Amino acid sequence: MMAVRDGGDRAAFAQLFHHFAPRVKGFLMKSGSDGALAEELAQDVMTTVWHKSAQFDPARASVATWIFTIARNRRIDHFRRTRRPEPEALDWGEDSEPDQADIYEAAQEARLLAAALETLPEAQRALIQSAFFGDLSHGEIAAQTGLPLGTIKSRIRLALERLRQTLK
Amino acid sequence: MTINHHLNDDLLMAYAAGTLPEAFSLAAATHISLCDDCRAALAAQEALGGAVLNMQGEAVMNAGALDAVLARLDAAPPTPPAKQHARHPVLPSPLLDYVGGDLASVKWRPLGMGVRQAILTTRDRGASARLLYIPAGQAVPDHGHRGMELTLVLQGAFRDETQRFARGDIEIAGEADEHTPVAEAGMDCICLAVTDAPLRFKGMIPRLMQPVFRI
Repeated sequence: MMAVRDGGDRAAFAQLFHHFAPRVKGFLMKSGSDGALAEELAQDVMTTVWHKSAQFDPARASVATWIFTIARNRRIDHFRRTRRPEPEALDWGEDSEPDQADIYEAAQEARLLAAALETLPEAQRALIQSAFFGDLSHGEIAAQTGLPLGTIKSRIRLALERLRQTLK
Repeated sequence: MTINHHLNDDLLMAYAAGTLPEAFSLAAATHISLCDDCRAALAAQEALGGAVLNMQGEAVMNAGALDAVLARLDAAPPTPPAKQHARHPVLPSPLLDYVGGDLASVKWRPLGMGVRQAILTTRDRGASARLLYIPAGQAVPDHGHRGMELTLVLQGAFRDETQRFARGDIEIAGEADEHTPVAEAGMDCICLAVTDAPLRFKGMIPRLMQPVFRI
């Protein structure tokens, strides 16, 4: 992803495409799109990944998380014909290079979260998946029990505090 | 700014998943604009979305899909970045988009006793959003609502029987909640209020609303 963002590297983009496009398509089909529509939207999502790559910040989100938000927004644009209201953007500063420790921690957390999700009982994991497919059922929050979401929240909360300090 | 009343996990997860009706998403986006706690909690929920995407079973892409996308990388112009608003002391940027300007552009309609409201236009009719203007010391008029109501304070403060809500605080009221909020003396109170609209639900909206109703 960094080669795409910083170098406009098409070979690296092809690798990203091979990994994520089929997953985005599968995700959209689970969210109620038929195959043809999911194909079209997945291609749109991957095109957006290229065009918005400058906005990717590895200290704030994993590649999967960032692509998830693009796929989610594309789904809303398509089905609702309306844009998703977004929070006020924070000015993280153009030239403030993300902290290497933050990038490392973010990657570590993403791995831990993925591993925790893998080891959840099948029924619990299915609830979480269906919540993200837009197929919510009661108790999906209880289903998150045991996932290390608190550590992610704490780290980002700290980063926001640091940011507010520098903006003062 | 200290915020004491936050979005709950149900709302944060549904906002992260993109399954909230537009009006509720507007309230969530506006609160998160003012609340770093919920901004961080949203990021954690989105990380979960990323993990779900990454473990998603693959659907085979069409032959030539990659070439089709590669051909679009230069051809399609990047979408212009959303215009950034200058920071407004009362209306965070998601609301500026819906109001179409600052407070001077709000088309207030009187509700009596000095209370005014302005309905914000949302394209998805599953829920409705409006701005409320309540003069200092005035009670919020009775406004029956079904399902859930979110009230986010933008200016001033209001109190109900037990709690105080100031700028950035969001009150989450269920159908059963009987409350008579009163604007505090001193400053007129401006709120964003979002309710599920009493509409004929069609299509995907009611399904998306269900988790909200059940809280």
